Amino acid sequence: MPNDLPNETPNEEENLILDSIHRWLEKDVVPYAHDLEQADEYPYAMVEQMKELGLFGATIAPEYGGLGLSASTYAKIVSAVAEVWMSLSGIFNSHLIMARCVQSSGTEAQKQEWLPKFASGELRGGIGLTEPDAGTDLQGIRCAAVKDGDYYVINGAKSWITNSLEGHVIGLLVKTDPKAVPPRKGMSMFIAKKGEGFNVTRKLKKLGYRGIDTAEISFEDYRIHKDCLIGGEEGRGFYNAVGGLELGRINVAARGVGVARAALKHATAYSQQRKTFGKPICEHQAIQLKLGEMATRTEAARLLVEQAARAFDRGERCDMEAGMAKYFATEAAAKNADESMRIHGAYGYSCEYDVERLYRDAPLMIIGEGTNEMQRIIIARQLIERNPI
Amino acid sequence: MKILVAVKRVADYNVKVRAKSDQSGPDLTNVKMAINPFCEIAVEEAVRLKEKGVATEVIAVSIGPKVAQEQIRTALALGADRGILIETDVAMEPLAIAKCLKQICDKESPDMVLLGKQAIDGDNNQTGQMLGALTGYAQATFASEITFDGASASVIREVDGGLQTLELKLPAIVTTDLRLNEPRYASLPNIMKAKKKPIDVLTTEELGVDVTPRTKLLKAEPPAERKAGIKVEDVAQLVDKLKNEAKVIV
Ligand SMILES: Cc1cc2nc3c(=O)[nH]c(=O)nc-3n(C[C@H](O)[C@H](O)[C@H](O)COP(=O)(O)OP(=O)(O)OC[C@H]3O[C@@H](n4cnc5c(N)ncnc54)[C@H](O)[C@@H]3O)c2cc1C
Repeated sequence: MPNDLPNETPNEEENLILDSIHRWLEKDVVPYAHDLEQADEYPYAMVEQMKELGLFGATIAPEYGGLGLSASTYAKIVSAVAEVWMSLSGIFNSHLIMARCVQSSGTEAQKQEWLPKFASGELRGGIGLTEPDAGTDLQGIRCAAVKDGDYYVINGAKSWITNSLEGHVIGLLVKTDPKAVPPRKGMSMFIAKKGEGFNVTRKLKKLGYRGIDTAEISFEDYRIHKDCLIGGEEGRGFYNAVGGLELGRINVAARGVGVARAALKHATAYSQQRKTFGKPICEHQAIQLKLGEMATRTEAARLLVEQAARAFDRGERCDMEAGMAKYFATEAAAKNADESMRIHGAYGYSCEYDVERLYRDAPLMIIGEGTNEMQRIIIARQLIERNPI
Repeated sequence: MKILVAVKRVADYNVKVRAKSDQSGPDLTNVKMAINPFCEIAVEEAVRLKEKGVATEVIAVSIGPKVAQEQIRTALALGADRGILIETDVAMEPLAIAKCLKQICDKESPDMVLLGKQAIDGDNNQTGQMLGALTGYAQATFASEITFDGASASVIREVDGGLQTLELKLPAIVTTDLRLNEPRYASLPNIMKAKKKPIDVLTTEELGVDVTPRTKLLKAEPPAERKAGIKVEDVAQLVDKLKNEAKVIV
């Protein structure tokens, strides 16, 4: 599959990286992913391999022990991993969003302290924004931190926090001033390491995205040192949280490309094997129409992701582009999974094949990292903002 | 101890190669290229020897077009220390390759040259042996185990009848078989580090090697398509068909 937009010289280093990722997936992931996923078991061995590969430091700057990969290369890695097993990409994706909060908003001391350990995978984690009563509307969170000398005391609950059971740290969004108007001005983000009062109460059972842990957390008088307040200043948490969104969206969009591609790949192969009425089903026009749409959708999604990632790498504003990529690529994944299932007939409904997993995995991407309803609203708002009359 | 490893750029083993429509050879446009799998085993063995402290330097050498630098870079990412590219656009035959490698051996005086037993494109299985003849180094082909004892090496080879053990004086040439080891994939940090490792580029003219092809490819055709098989009723019918139709047993 061609990996370059026109006019781009192939990048030797990126090719080597993707080659290694493909090797790893083929040798150490493909043979085991299906069973782990069905059993909802955490892929411990693969996490060790990911540490060795360096994935936990993929986008962390080299001066802090990471690889400093471009968003464009990173997106291709994410697509490749998600094409094989989306859950696996989640283990380093939200970890790196947490790392990004520290890298872009943390103090130098915080970067020195945390980033090398994040990059090696010695400390892994994710991002804790959502609460039982607040998801899209983040300003409605209730988890609160109250200052007590050199410490803050945190009480409240978080829900749907990926990597919180198996991980060690989360980027935790709380209110430090619950009365602030607008509420976002009273929000702060902490690098919260597990300790007394940080209780992971329940691992959630999910439709898809299995194997990786998504859990509820309750904070009961959890004491955290003020040095863990990202940036050292209260009131910047909301901006820390949404500041990572462009990369976050590119990252989820890249997963969408991977899942869309997997659905297409399975359908392409199966439709040549399965025969009905004397010919392979890929020769029936009804199936051809599906394949034609699936292939075009996949390619369009890939190009949108690449375009947004390139803009990001050039340091340009790309919130709208990232939003479009996220919206389109994740819908492409869901549609392709659906069509692939239809093409597979009953076998698509069987837990022995991967298509049913793609069908279960895809919807998460429509909800997470800003629902696709919100994406379209944001795209429209920016469209108007960038084109005033 | 210095080890020279030869790496060849070939179509990736996963690619289904087709013949060009004018039958002038295999069609390699837009085909994914990789290190020949047997060469990769050679690189892995050299890197393991370095990790064990047996080898001190591993040099990866490739003979081919400019882009073969990618395969050298892969070898560097896997752990080789430096690379040599002998750049040529000629379709190189085993003897020409062996002559180039001989020149490199003269320059570098390696203690061991590790090569794949064959490359998956031409499947010639000749280069290592020819290099042995040209250099006069001891040789062991089809290695499935290599151990060292001072100035000599002991190699277990896979031969038709089973396994054969050879004692070699260094310098020696060893070609690798599939079971020698299982190659690793390069970690991302090592790929980044490989960027900084040096690759020397030489030409066949500089080496004074005549690389004019000595054979001519007349045409490349895909193998005949397999006909659909049949199901036999029982063992008796199978034996009958093997005897009387296929005539493979008497
Ligand atoms: C598997 C999984 C893993 C997750 N991992 C994490 C994690 O690691 N960390 C984390 O913080 N969160 C995580 N989440 C939570 C996720 O980010 C939220 O589910 C998401 O932000 C949506 O919030 P919500 O579920 O509260 O939906 P709600 O905000 O309640 O939305 C419900 C519906 O209303 C729509 N809606 C909401 N507001 C508007 C509006 N203004 N206009 C129009 N429509 C609107 C939404 O689009 C949606 O259709 C995860 C979720 C899942 C399913």
